[in-house]
Amino acid sequence: MIDMKGVHKTYSNGVTALNGVDVHIDSGEFVYLVGPSGAGKSTFVKMIFRGEKPSTGIVKVDNKDLSTYKERQIPRVRRKIGVVYQDFKLLPKLTIYENVAFALEVIEESPKVIRDRVMEVLDLVGIKDKARSFPDELSGGEQQRVAIARAIANNPKVVIADEPTGNLDPETSWGIMKVLEDVNSKGTTIIMATHSKEIVNTIKKRVIAIENGRIVRDEAGGDYGYEI
Amino acid sequence: MKYNTAKRHLREGSKNIFRNGWMTIASIGAVTVTLILVGVFLAVVFNLNQFASNIESDVEMSVYLDPTLAEDQVQSIQDQLESIDKVGSVTYSSKEEQLNQLMEDMGQTEWDLFEQDNPLSDTYIVKTSDPHDIASVSDEISKLDGIDKVDYGQGTVENLFAVNKYARIIGAVLIVGLVFTAIFLISNTIKITIIARSREIGIMKLVGATNSFIRWPFFIEGLLLGVLGAIVPVALVLGGYYYLSNNLTDNISIGFVEILPYAPFAFQLAGILLAIGAVIGVWGSVMSVRKFLKV
Repeated sequence: MIDMKGVHKTYSNGVTALNGVDVHIDSGEFVYLVGPSGAGKSTFVKMIFRGEKPSTGIVKVDNKDLSTYKERQIPRVRRKIGVVYQDFKLLPKLTIYENVAFALEVIEESPKVIRDRVMEVLDLVGIKDKARSFPDELSGGEQQRVAIARAIANNPKVVIADEPTGNLDPETSWGIMKVLEDVNSKGTTIIMATHSKEIVNTIKKRVIAIENGRIVRDEAGGDYGYEI
Repeated sequence: MKYNTAKRHLREGSKNIFRNGWMTIASIGAVTVTLILVGVFLAVVFNLNQFASNIESDVEMSVYLDPTLAEDQVQSIQDQLESIDKVGSVTYSSKEEQLNQLMEDMGQTEWDLFEQDNPLSDTYIVKTSDPHDIASVSDEISKLDGIDKVDYGQGTVENLFAVNKYARIIGAVLIVGLVFTAIFLISNTIKITIIARSREIGIMKLVGATNSFIRWPFFIEGLLLGVLGAIVPVALVLGGYYYLSNNLTDNISIGFVEILPYAPFAFQLAGILLAIGAVIGVWGSVMSVRKFLKV
């Protein structure tokens, strides 16, 4: 599903975030991305949804080299990938319903399909009853559920979660993990960058550790491996 | 673009008007204030221009005929005058009519004795189609046989034309300047309201929205802001000009001062204001969004 070969990324300010990354992630996998702050986790996930371009190297998603997409085709790349952020990134002036519907409006689905699908995913993440609320009326955990609902609304093959539990208390975090596991069990590939030792050590999945822009460890069912 | 998507853009654009509350009011306020200024100014300048044109169109020349001419020669001069290209109208005025006119203008009594022995000449009153041609036409006419002299107020008329010309240039420059100021002011206000939403635009892009998908609701919103902002200025122009045209012409009759008729001028002016509002609203909003689309 996702292939990277010799990916380097040096930002215009001279910081090298990725320094030769090779990785293969299969369809349907659940992968944790761990490592210290500034190690390159965020840059790694940005490579996948074309938030940044690699300086050198090849990034393939669904067997298509992302560098073959023109600038104005980028939205099409992003529609295949759902992204969940630490700070949720919900549109503050849209209701919960409208936030999720937005992801379907951009692919020009018919209003009927949108209506059904939005209620379906809101039900899936367990906040159907908040559909008419605005984001700032919801708790952090609820907002993150909305973000996940939006990310999975158009049935993407990959969901990327960049520290989805980073702003949430432990109890809420488990709820979010439950939702992500549900999504994964339906065949969606999940890549999750995280700092949560507890989550990684409890819900065992493949662990990719990044340090100084390189993959230093890649093991199925691995541990978090860092002391906090 | 699909029909449903177009409907969605319309819906979102109109919703934004309400959801952005104070920002909307600020933008509409900026449009309203500047358009009122532009409207009042345009009304004044167009009327002054009309006023100047009216004065210019009153410019005419008197062609005094040689008193010894026979009647058929007088007729032939009329034909010659009318055959000149730039001549608009030729009116015959006999010396008796000239005297009556003079007596009427000056007050009757002292002129009685001239009725026996009229010293004036038979005259043709000539107007040119374009008042600015009066000098050259006058030269041409004075070369004809049987013409005593031609008088169009030489000197005074040239001064009048010069004053009008500069007044028009100044008016045009001020209009252009004011419209540009309005464009700048309005688009800046709209820009501020959109900068406040730059984060939202970034999020939309991350969710996979194309640039045009993001732009369309802003286009609609800008159009609505412009049109809503034009409502008060348009009402003011229609109402205010109606009041003026009724009261100014009836009560203060300053003789030759005559403002442009309510229809169609007030409606044209209202249309111009509405168009400026709509164009600037759209322009300000689309230009501002453009900056944030390069995420």
